[in-house]
Amino acid sequence: MSQKTEKLIDKKGLRLDGRKPDELRPIKIEVGVLSNADGSAYIEHGKNKILAAVFGPKELHPKHLALPDRMVLRCRYHMAPFSVQERKSPAPSRREIELSKVIRESLEPSIFLEYYPRTGIDVFVEVLQADGGTRCASITAASLALADAGIPMRDLVVACAAGKVDDTIVLDLMDTEDKMGTADVPAALMPNLNAITLLQMDGILTLEEFEKALNLTLEGCRKIYAMQKEALRAKYVSVKEVEE
Amino acid sequence: MPTFFEGRQLVIPGDLIAEGEYIAGENAYAEGNKIYASRIGMVEYENKKVNVVALRAFYIPRVEDMVIGTIVEVGFNGWIVDINAPYEALLRASDVLSRPFKPQKDELSQVLEIGDLVVAKIVAYDRSHNPQLAVDEPGLGKITRGQIVKITPTKIPRLIGRKGSMISMIKQETGCQIILGLNGVVLITGKNLEDEELAIMAIHKIEEESHTSGLTDRVAQMLKEEKVKREEIKNESEN
Repeated sequence: MSQKTEKLIDKKGLRLDGRKPDELRPIKIEVGVLSNADGSAYIEHGKNKILAAVFGPKELHPKHLALPDRMVLRCRYHMAPFSVQERKSPAPSRREIELSKVIRESLEPSIFLEYYPRTGIDVFVEVLQADGGTRCASITAASLALADAGIPMRDLVVACAAGKVDDTIVLDLMDTEDKMGTADVPAALMPNLNAITLLQMDGILTLEEFEKALNLTLEGCRKIYAMQKEALRAKYVSVKEVEE
Repeated sequence: MPTFFEGRQLVIPGDLIAEGEYIAGENAYAEGNKIYASRIGMVEYENKKVNVVALRAFYIPRVEDMVIGTIVEVGFNGWIVDINAPYEALLRASDVLSRPFKPQKDELSQVLEIGDLVVAKIVAYDRSHNPQLAVDEPGLGKITRGQIVKITPTKIPRLIGRKGSMISMIKQETGCQIILGLNGVVLITGKNLEDEELAIMAIHKIEEESHTSGLTDRVAQMLKEEKVKREEIKNESEN
């Protein structure tokens, strides 16, 4: 990391990559990219490149983990060794284990887990390239992969982050802003039910700042939701067109 | 009581389909008086009931369903069968042998080995028990010849066609016997390999184009053309 204190927001109020404080990075989403998995999705969120794959529901192994009244959701968040500038060991780190849990807990409320007891669903999230906000992009992609696998869901889950950089509340932090900034608030939302399934805060914010950041995040989530919806429909829209 | 989608329109999980006095049917759920979709699919209204015909789903066992499964384990008093569902099915030895089963006399692996395919009917299944199979009707039991094709379970109804029009047409055109497992496994037995190949081709075409109209006629035409083509090749090689 460079030692000189760079200005993260210039005089015009623009950020390092030229974005306005309330602007998202460009996002590209594709559904059903892997043929061997039951469901899959790929997301490019700024410089983040993330693949998500879903298997199941199927008989759970090892069997003692099965629950008599609901499905078990298992998540594995993993960063490829080449996903960051310095080679990352492929072994799961403390951070990856924690993020696996965070992603699992933000997806769980969206799935009808009680429908198929004694079975399990596996979600694999592979980060190919990371640039800040991977947990949020992972949740967005994993939720699409679950829908693509035909798993009954209450709603899609979409996630986004906001934070404080140079005394300004900004939307969708990238890596440098995340590291040099003062605070980061990631949140996941089920847009149709208007329910938050993930809310974290890292750093220091006043109550007013936190509220502003949260509202900004939720606004960002809704914008991403439109793209998420579009991506899922795009895979099946050809089906509809031929029919009419 | 507004509805937000027309019949046969595409919905994704979480889409609000209707509000008011509606009942959530297949692949839909109610939250208060609002009906939401829980799977990707096409909306279908049935009086007050709102259904979503799923485009992506897996096979869920139902009692009375005929399925085709693979033996994956030979146990003490029966077999465990993979039926392409979230649950493994059980097949009891006493239901297969037509006499009382004696563990000290009967060697189960001589009746059905791991990897054997069986046509069976689901006789019992609920939330707390894995599905149980039986082979006590004519046409059920171990598969000895033919070929297996796997398709998406949601497309089995399309393969059957209206009043069985599609499947009977394929049977007639190819002269093959076709058994449909509702779990998405199809067994094809013909007089020779070529007939079976033709039937498999037709099934793959149906799976790919299941959403188009006039499919039965197009499949019939494809089969006829293919038969003529093969006849020509045969004649050429003989000359």
